[in-house]
Amino acid sequence: MKSIKELEAIRERALKEMSIRDNENKTRIVVGMATCGIAAGARQVMNAFVEELNKRNIHNVNVAMTGCIGICRFEPIAEVIEPNGEKTTYVKLNAEKARRIVAEHIVNGRPVMEFTIGAAEK
Amino acid sequence: MKDLSLHILDIAQNSVRAEADHITISITAEGRPCILKIVITDNGKGMEPDFLEKVTDPFTTSRETRKVGLGIPLLKQSAEMAGGVFSIKSVVNEGTEVSATFPVDHVDRIPVGNVAETLMMLVASHPEIDWEFIFASEQDRFEFSLTEVKEALGDVSVTNRYVQEWIQNTLSEGFNSVFGGVLDEVN
Repeated sequence: MKSIKELEAIRERALKEMSIRDNENKTRIVVGMATCGIAAGARQVMNAFVEELNKRNIHNVNVAMTGCIGICRFEPIAEVIEPNGEKTTYVKLNAEKARRIVAEHIVNGRPVMEFTIGAAEK
Repeated sequence: MKDLSLHILDIAQNSVRAEADHITISITAEGRPCILKIVITDNGKGMEPDFLEKVTDPFTTSRETRKVGLGIPLLKQSAEMAGGVFSIKSVVNEGTEVSATFPVDHVDRIPVGNVAETLMMLVASHPEIDWEFIFASEQDRFEFSLTEVKEALGDVSVTNRYVQEWIQNTLSEGFNSVFGGVLDEVN
């Protein structure tokens, strides 16, 4: 079984990378993970965000969970909050949509309008 | 909820909102017939007896964004529909313990789901909490303490991606070694 001793090597590896990007402003992706979100599949969505970011070696994005934001019928919901405070709310997500948001919004800087709450409410 | 790991993810966030800084999640399987038991214990602010009494009612919630709270009622339903028992104890300013049992071979028992991934997400989202995870069956026992991990890491955060990867792999190995063969869905 794995042991805590392995962490020493991981620590070194992490330290090497940390110094380069300590002061960068981070974009945040916040996934609604209350009962409503979880039941609608938010865990797979959050996992897809994390996996896609790791696969593309993107380090300056933080993925976190939050509670219910009060519009349960739109779950799974995620908000992308850029360092300048600009916020995009994506609704009715799934893993595939999450990967597209990473590719188009995070990498190319173009929000995926069709997945936003604005488009869903029309 | 489709699986037990999703219930755990949900209920553990009640503990986070109760301002706990130590949360223990224990998953055990023992006895003949084999009973799977999930216990989530926190040192959060607890509940008053009158709130505790109605907490399994879906129209009871402490949140303000909506008027229903389904986390606890859904766990209770999942346990009871599979012949299990749900219980909750709470003391104000001391903490809360939620427990649910599931007879392993009951036809309506929902699968455990991806426990390692779920627990890793909880750690990644609330790294300030001292998480403790215990898996036990008659074939093995596994314990994980985030406090120990933090001590070994020093100034490196537990949210670092290499650390997260290690945590998930460690939990997954531990889980499989404890429950592989004990639960049909675990290899």
